[in-house]
Amino acid sequence: MTADNPTPPPQLAARRGFLASREARIPWITTPLLLAIIVLIWHAYVRMSGISPFILPAPGAVFAEWVALLGNRRAWFHTGMTVYATVVGFFWAALIGVVLGVLIARIRWLELTLNPFIIATQVIPKVALVPLFVVWFGFGITSKVIVAGVLAFFPILTNTVLGVKSIDEGHRDVMTALNATRWQVFRRLELPSALPYILTGFEVGIVLAIIGAVVGEYLGGNQGLGQLLIQAMNGFETSQMFAVLIQMSLIGFAFYFAIGLLKRILIPWHATGAS
Amino acid sequence: MHALSSTDLDVGSRELVVLLGPSGCGKTTLLRMIGGLIEPTSGELSIVGKPLWARGERQSEALADLGMVFQEANLFPWLSIEDNIALPLELKGMRPAERRARAHDLMKLVGIGGFERRWPRELSGGMRQRAAIARALSYDPKILLMDEPFGALDAMTRDALNIELERIFLATEKSIVLVTHSITEAVFLADRIVLLSPRPGRIDRIVDVPFARPRTLELQATTAFQEIVLSLRARLAEIS
Repeated sequence: MTADNPTPPPQLAARRGFLASREARIPWITTPLLLAIIVLIWHAYVRMSGISPFILPAPGAVFAEWVALLGNRRAWFHTGMTVYATVVGFFWAALIGVVLGVLIARIRWLELTLNPFIIATQVIPKVALVPLFVVWFGFGITSKVIVAGVLAFFPILTNTVLGVKSIDEGHRDVMTALNATRWQVFRRLELPSALPYILTGFEVGIVLAIIGAVVGEYLGGNQGLGQLLIQAMNGFETSQMFAVLIQMSLIGFAFYFAIGLLKRILIPWHATGAS
Repeated sequence: MHALSSTDLDVGSRELVVLLGPSGCGKTTLLRMIGGLIEPTSGELSIVGKPLWARGERQSEALADLGMVFQEANLFPWLSIEDNIALPLELKGMRPAERRARAHDLMKLVGIGGFERRWPRELSGGMRQRAAIARALSYDPKILLMDEPFGALDAMTRDALNIELERIFLATEKSIVLVTHSITEAVFLADRIVLLSPRPGRIDRIVDVPFARPRTLELQATTAFQEIVLSLRARLAEIS
């Protein structure tokens, strides 16, 4: 049994873990460092060039504006509206995208019927449809939810189809030999096997949902961070525009992080879900 | 097109039958038919006296007596080794504590005790194949069907697992039908070797292997062993 030794050398495994954890810590040092350097260059440039604050405000002024934003109840209302449109749009995109994706991957005639339309809608620049959605669904929150949902829908759908289709034939043989029912095959094989693909679709989808919500806000209504940005632009309050941008980016990070967390919980066995 | 022409074969209880033949002889097709993965166009398959197919449907009573092991271990990467081995029991509705105990015992039997909570990717190829054997044994089928189970492993691991398989065979008192294209492996493991010829696949001859069990690697160096290997090799060269 020398060739097939079932005992792992413990020191080696521990050492590999130690190195991996040290490597994993690198971004925690480099990211703040790089950010600091960028802010420093920005600050120096503003100071030395004498550029107008209407075009590029100093980082200090932007930070002060962002802190003021955090203390402003109206700003939190706008943030809440953007988050709401993103989350609700994403929720429907995920639900419909996954269900339809599974059906398309499993039912051949449905795939053949819908495929030309899916490709067509992929090709159309969906952001260009936003004015139409405003006409149809009004200046309220509904049109933002729909734009967010439409943008998030396609990566989720296509990833789900790919995931269900990528199931290993050998794994299917195992379930067939075990005489598993259709439901068991779905629950124990197809779903877990497709999950890494679906979650990658979620990762792309959530970012697109934010874009959809903000672009929807640009074009209509008086609510949301997109609208706050437009108002700041109209008032030539450039530092406030930057503050809103920071707020949007933080929302984006929060959502991306949430999907990452979901991956760690749902697919710890997969390379993309491992810590 | 028929990959396999009419084939008559009986596998006795506690017998290890090896299907040996060149590629294209239909040995894998035959094994997958016995395992219920392919429906035969004609003829009958019965497992421990129960028909495998009836009115175009696979019969679960017959399937319950069959365990399959493939060339790839085919473990589910999202299940721990323990849960992989217990998967058939989970599908049959056995309670978690009970199936975990069963998986634990089987892992000791196949020599991978202590790896219960590991992911499949953390195990070597040989260990994964041991886990696949344990999974096939989990619901205590009477017959184990193995499709080139060690074909993807290196030569040393393969030797080790041949010895292990015989030990498991003797300990569990199963019947085994194993497909291989390695003549040495066939002679080392088999009670009977079914030599299949290609185009169309059919049984060429059946060779009895009389060596006592348990067998050792030294057996492979004996003249009696080499004589069977050589005669099979000569016959294979004629028919392929």
